[in-house]
Formats: sequence, C-alpha cells, structure tokens
Amino acid sequence: MSDVAASPGNTNAASAAPEQMAWDSRTRRVVMLYVPLACFVIILLFPFYWMTVTAFKPNAELYNFAEHNPLWITSPTLDHVYHLLFRTSYPHWLWTTMLVAVAATFISLLASTLAAYAIQRLRFRGSQYVGLAIYLAYLVPPSILFIPLATMVVQLGLFDTPFALILTYPTFLIPFCTWLLIGYFKSIPYELEECALIDGATRLQILRQITLPLAVPGLISAGIFSFTLSWNEFIYALAFIQSSENKTVPVAILTELVTGDVYQWGALMAGSLLGSLPVAIFYSFFVDYYVSSLTGAVKE
Amino acid sequence: MSTATAAPVWTKVRQQPGALARLFDNKAFLIVVCLLPAVGLLLTFLTYPLGLGVYLAFTDQTIGRRGIWIGIENFEFLAEDPIFWNAVFYSVFYTAVATVGKFALGLWLALLLNQHLPMKSLLRAIILLPWIVPTVLSAIAFWWIYDPQFSIISWMLIELGLRETNVDFINTAWPARWSLIAANIWRGIPFVAISLLAGLQTISPSLYEAALLDGATPWQRFRHITFPMLMPILAIVMTFSIIFTFTDFQLVYSITRGGPVNSTHLMATLAFQRGIPGGQLGEGAAIAVAMIPFLVFATLFSYFALARRKWQQGESND
Repeated sequence: MSDVAASPGNTNAASAAPEQMAWDSRTRRVVMLYVPLACFVIILLFPFYWMTVTAFKPNAELYNFAEHNPLWITSPTLDHVYHLLFRTSYPHWLWTTMLVAVAATFISLLASTLAAYAIQRLRFRGSQYVGLAIYLAYLVPPSILFIPLATMVVQLGLFDTPFALILTYPTFLIPFCTWLLIGYFKSIPYELEECALIDGATRLQILRQITLPLAVPGLISAGIFSFTLSWNEFIYALAFIQSSENKTVPVAILTELVTGDVYQWGALMAGSLLGSLPVAIFYSFFVDYYVSSLTGAVKE
Repeated sequence: MSTATAAPVWTKVRQQPGALARLFDNKAFLIVVCLLPAVGLLLTFLTYPLGLGVYLAFTDQTIGRRGIWIGIENFEFLAEDPIFWNAVFYSVFYTAVATVGKFALGLWLALLLNQHLPMKSLLRAIILLPWIVPTVLSAIAFWWIYDPQFSIISWMLIELGLRETNVDFINTAWPARWSLIAANIWRGIPFVAISLLAGLQTISPSLYEAALLDGATPWQRFRHITFPMLMPILAIVMTFSIIFTFTDFQLVYSITRGGPVNSTHLMATLAFQRGIPGGQLGEGAAIAVAMIPFLVFATLFSYFALARRKWQQGESND
C-alpha cells in the first residue's frame, strides 16, 4: 500500500525537477529576451501610434490633457484628414511625389541594370574600377551636392519643375542599385549565357531572355529601394522646388502646413500618416525583398 | 575570366546577322552603350557638381549673381565664425553619440532577434518601419512628441509622479541637442539591427558548440566569437552610418531648424541656411566642402575594412 502511494509521489518528485528547471529558464528567457524585445518594439512603434492617435483626435481633446487621456481617442474624427484632402493641395503633392518617385526609380533601374550587366557580364579591362567608382559615388551624400546642383538646375532652366528632381534623384539611386544588381548577376551561373551564345543568341537577346528574368528578385529589391529612397528624399526637393503645387509631400508638410505660431498638429500628423502610408503599404508587400536587398547589399 | 574572353570568339564564328545586330553584338560597342546612361548621369549630376561645389567655395557667388574667385576668403571668414565652429562641434558630437547609441542598441536588438522567436519575419518587418517611413514625417512626429506644452513624454512622466513640470526638450541648447540625438538613434536602430542580424546569421553554430565544450561563458562567447566574426560587416555598416549621420539634414531641419540660437546646427543645415535662403552660395558651398575631409576619412576606413574582409574569406565572397 505504502509502495503504491510512494511511487506516484516519486514520479512527481522526479518530474518536478525538470519542470522547475524549465520554468527557471522560461523566466530567464522572458526577462532576458521578451521584455527587452517588447521595449524595443514599443519604443520603435510609439511615434507611429502617437501620429495616428493625433491625426484622428478632435482639437478639443488634443489640447486638453487634463480631461482626456491623451493616449486614447474618445470621439475620433476625420476633420483633420478632411481639411488636408479638401482644403490644402495635399492630393496634388501626393501625385507629384508619386510621379517623381516612379520616374526616378524607372530611370535608375534602367541605367543601373545596363551598367551592372556591363560590369559583371561583359567584363572588360578596368571593369572592377568602374564598379568601385560607382560604389564610391554612393558615399557622396546629397548634403554636399545640393548647392552646386541648385546652381546647375537654375542654369538648365529646370528650377521649380519635377524634372529637377527626376534627374537628380538617380545620382544617389544608381550607385546603390548598380551595386545591388552586380551582386545578383554574380549569382546567376555564367554557363547559362554561354549555352545561349553557343546557340547563336545575341548579347541583347541573352540579357533580355536569360539574365533579366533570372534577376527579377534583384530588380524588385532595387525598385523598392529606389522608390522608398525617392519618396523620402528631402534636401533636393527643398532646395529645387519653390512653388507650392510642385512640392513633394515631405517638403510640403513642413513648409506649407506649418503656418504661423499655432501649429495645426492634427493636420500635420494626418499629413505625416498619409504620406507614410504609400511607402509602408508598398514596403509591406515586398518586405522580404527589401530585407534581403538591405542585408545583401551590406554583405556584398 | 578565361571563359568570359573565350565567349565572343564563338559568336563571331557562328553568326551572320544584319549590320545593326552585329553592331549591338560588338562587345566594345555594347559596353559603351550599357555604361552610358549610368556613367553619364553620374558624371553630369554627381562628379561635375562636386567639382563645381569645390570651385564655388572659393568664389563669392550669391543667388542671381555670378561670383568671382576670392581665394580662401570664405574659409577665413568661417574660421572666425563661432556659429560655424559650433556646427562643426555639434556635427562631430551628434555623429559620435548617435553612432555609439545606434550600434549599442542595434547590436543588442540584433542579438535578441537572432534567438529562436515566434513570428520572426513579422517582427523584423515591424522593426524596420522607422527606417522606411520618410525621415521628415517621423521627425514631425518627434517634434510633436517634444512639444513644450503638449509633450506626451512630459505627460507620462508627470502621471507617473517622476516630474512636476513639463520637460524642456527643444527650447534650450543642450536638451535640444540630446533630443535630436535620441530621434536620430530611434531612426537608425532598425538599419543597424537588421544588417547586423544578417551578419550574425552567417556565423557557424559549430563555433559556439566548440566554445561551449571548452566551457566558455556567454560573455566570452560574445567577446571572442560573435564580435570578431561580426567585425567586417560592423565596419561597413558603421562607415555608412557615420557618413549619413554626419551629413544629416532632414531631422535637424524638421525639428529645430538649427535653433534655439543656432545651437543645434549641423554643418549641412548651416550650409543650407547660408546657401539657399541666405543666398550666399559661395559661403554655403565652403561649409559643405569643409565636410569632405571627414567623409574621405570614413571612406578610407570603409575601403580597408572591405579589403580585410576579402582577405579573411577568400574568393567565394558572395
């Protein structure tokens, strides 16, 4: 009898020890891993949360912390969004930004695909120096170029037109895209092209029908990167564009919506939110490409 | 390399196409055509302006008036300008503190993400968000967070009983400097973390197993395996981070515009203020040119880090 009673007790004791250990390591895991991770995520996301909350809050709540908890909205409103869309040129700014970003991305992709193909596949004497020069071009930041570029843009008669941006954005997009695509082309076996050459294909046919289809993931990565970078660009757009209707979203929000001494925080936040959405949505479709291009480019 | 040079010989033997097609199959011609758009654009809108910028720095050009060569007068003027020296100081300080902060926190986040986690890819996507969103737009959010009257951080600290009054974020010099650095770190963490995570994932687990068998402590494993293996990628990411933090413009321009009383001017914002709204293109260009030595230093750093990486990993460096 005592034996029977003892044996379940024994197995309990035996199984208790590993459980205890499991619990210990789980606590440790929570404290060392999940708590810091949660802090990171909260801090990294908080400004977006605050942006969203502010964008949909009526002014009465916005400036009255005593009666309303600022972290929550009691009566959400679309006033700020309405104001932005119908009483400012916001839709126009969005359109300009989109146009500039798409055009600059297209030009950069075209130019850098050809350049990467020439450097990586048509290998010629000194091709690696051309590659290195393009890599170095990436290290020249817009902050030291915008003053001379502004004088050039004025001389070319492009000042205050979208073309000023469409032509200057590729300067920071092409080096990055070329660099990324060289890496992609390198990963495509050269034997495939050799086979096509033996079969009598011309080099252009090879590029169009073999290399490019295989490099589609690279092209998508480069495209996303270029699009987000052009959407984010600020200093050229600030320096080269003057009239209100030609401004891009980041510049317009900062220069057109900030009027007088009282800032329209609701409208500002709604503008920031709407301006971030296209990139965020675009990005969310292609996260994996984006991450791989980011990390791939760094590893190259 | 030998296969690459052998290839065109075969085509010539096998093919008899039309003149235009032959032209496009000529390797030299094709190389020129392929490189032309990229190299042309870069030479026109990058190399030429770079040279023009250096030239402008030695002239007194203003908006609407051609400048004349005035030698190093702009630099002499800047050398006695306390606002310029303040901008140099803050640029260096901003870059140093923000880089240390970004890399310490980014490395920590990368080490956390390298653990086995549920919903890893979702987490990675969320973490990259501050990097994706246009800097100006998140900077405006920070401007609102730092609002003297309605700052949410002040409100939280007061509610928690940690403070009695609102925090002064951007209305006096030093708090404004630190607030901008905090915003920069916030924006930089994701890029550093995701890049370093990629580096961490290439480290072979067998190294850790061997270290565990030898009885290495977690700190020793980090110090003698993780860190040295991460060094090459760390050097590259850091070079980029230093260059783009040093020449940062958007964040400071959106939040403080260099104020209060010019205390948070970076060299880029000062160059903009003097050059475009101020109209003194020559002086603005001189400030921009003064950034070049710092950038050259960072680039050389990057070049030697890259060379070292090639040497460490042999040829298969993909």
